[in-house]
Amino acid sequence: MPPREGTYGLLAEFDTPSDLVRAAQAARRDGWRRMDCYTPYPVEEAAEAIGFHRNKVPLVTLIGGLMGLAAMFSLETWISVLAYPLNIAGRPTYSWPAFVVPAYEWTILWAGLSAAFGMLALNGLPALYHPLFNAPNFRKGASQDKFFLCLEALDPKFDLIETRAYLATLEPVSVVEVEY
Amino acid sequence: MATTDLKPKNPKDPSRIAGTDPLTGEYRVLAPGQTFRSITEKISNIVLTPDTPLGWFALFTVGGAGATVLLVAITWLFLKGTGIWAVTQPVAWGFAIINFVWWIGIGHAGTLISAILLLFKQGWRNSINRFAEAMTIFAVVCAGMFPLIHVGRPWLGYWLLPYPSTMTVWPQFRSPLLWDVFAVSTYATISVVFWYIGMVPDFGTFRDRAENRFAQYFYGMLSLGWRGSVRHWMRYETASLLLSGLATPLVLSVHTVISFDFAVAVLPGWHTTIFPPYFVAGAIYSGFAMVLTLAIPLRKFYHLEGMVTDRHIDNMGKVMLATGFIVAYGYGMEAFMAWYSASHWEAFMFWNRVFGPMGWSYWVLVTCNLAIPLTTLWSRKLRTNIAFMFFISIVVNTGMWFERFVIVVTSLYRDFLPSSWGTYRATKWDYAIYVGTLGLFTALFLLFVRFLPMIPMNEIRLMLPGAKITPKKAAEAAD
Repeated sequence: MPPREGTYGLLAEFDTPSDLVRAAQAARRDGWRRMDCYTPYPVEEAAEAIGFHRNKVPLVTLIGGLMGLAAMFSLETWISVLAYPLNIAGRPTYSWPAFVVPAYEWTILWAGLSAAFGMLALNGLPALYHPLFNAPNFRKGASQDKFFLCLEALDPKFDLIETRAYLATLEPVSVVEVEY
Repeated sequence: MATTDLKPKNPKDPSRIAGTDPLTGEYRVLAPGQTFRSITEKISNIVLTPDTPLGWFALFTVGGAGATVLLVAITWLFLKGTGIWAVTQPVAWGFAIINFVWWIGIGHAGTLISAILLLFKQGWRNSINRFAEAMTIFAVVCAGMFPLIHVGRPWLGYWLLPYPSTMTVWPQFRSPLLWDVFAVSTYATISVVFWYIGMVPDFGTFRDRAENRFAQYFYGMLSLGWRGSVRHWMRYETASLLLSGLATPLVLSVHTVISFDFAVAVLPGWHTTIFPPYFVAGAIYSGFAMVLTLAIPLRKFYHLEGMVTDRHIDNMGKVMLATGFIVAYGYGMEAFMAWYSASHWEAFMFWNRVFGPMGWSYWVLVTCNLAIPLTTLWSRKLRTNIAFMFFISIVVNTGMWFERFVIVVTSLYRDFLPSSWGTYRATKWDYAIYVGTLGLFTALFLLFVRFLPMIPMNEIRLMLPGAKITPKKAAEAAD
């Protein structure tokens, strides 16, 4: 992929989570949609403010868990009934109560792996490069003690000069342009 | 977050209750006066410093020496076979099974702290969950080794797994020993995933703070490009919560399945339905003891008293008190059933366990698991006495090791026929492997402390007063 050029967006820095949440709420109210907040720990209110209410991780986990359950239970049944039937003290080859334990473990295994890797996939991670890391103040703060609001250039309302002026009304510490 | 659930009983005068924040009236989990920056610096400077403390090297030498003993003992075992151990008839399950159950049990407290206490919204667990999870993983590493080296021909250990082979032989799914394979392997995998996912945002912090080029690349790779988008955070929080919800039934099932290894057998002393809950409670009991054994020196050495506070130690003491009583109930029920079952064999087994030639081990167990901790942990003064809690943690770990010794050995060494009675005396190789796993555990744990974030920075930040979202006017007034 050829490197993209131009502006990714404008990044406003805030000192406290409350300032960020207020700014994000205002931006959403004023019609911005292509935007994101960056925080050093989960700030639920900020996600609400930008209109991100639910995600697909639970669904992925449920599907993974059911697949694990079905996979192990059918494997056990196939092995014990068809592939390698063993007479253990005259018990039926289809001893489903005994099959519950490994099937239970695999439900958890597959559900857990789906939750973890599903979360990463939905987040688009691993992604070692991202334009935001070009912003000079982003790496100094986003993972430590600063709070950022990014209005992205893909938003139809975006205009470099007007948006910068708009962000200034939200009283950030600074506004910087993020380039690809 | 969770601290709001713990309002003091007398809200009119919160200053009267020790350990509450006068501003909010909530119990204080962290020492006052910490900010996002101070937390971040404190934790990341432990790792991102070029100066490793000398004490670390000293301890690592000890741990490494232990791990070397393990290597030697396992090499000799592979050359000679399990005959170098004391396992024979009638005690065919010896140290290997005792150590396996002991280590796995220790691991369970890590999962309990990280998963169950998260579901119960116990905010205080945020300071200790990361190294408790690390403890889980290293304990599972030590535990998982024992069944593998006990199978006699460990290079054929993969025969335990259902895979299509040219021999067309498949595992037998009605055996608890095979259930163990799935329970322990699932437990190891989920613990590692949970641990790693928990560390990803902290790796991002390390990547951004590292000055050394190699460290930037190293932590940059591990962080998977984490950038803290709130969309990511919300999915991340959902995934953490789901993983906790999954790890909770998992941890209970793992020790239940391990107890089935015993309970499904028809041997007096093993064949009992109390085993699953009593094993799980015992696991948590010894696990919390191990968390204390690790946390107390660690917080002193790295000056983390502001994050792992006396309140944490106090709370862990309470959990130990509660689980200790469940364990005591288990012992009581075993004694009761020996009489109430009216079975001659059960009654003899119990008499022999307590007063037989190896009865001393039962009394060590009673002293270490019941007599000392369950009488003293009631006192808040003692629970917040750090030296005493360290002592108690060692006592309980010893006691829980003897519990497994009692279950395995004293049930086996005198069975139905007096002509087949025997005894059990561990060989030097038994001891070498046990001491070796302690060394391996220490070495792995020290590497973890040196190179990975041992306290979850992102979760600590969430608990700081600065993380409260305030309306504009209140925020200005506070400034």
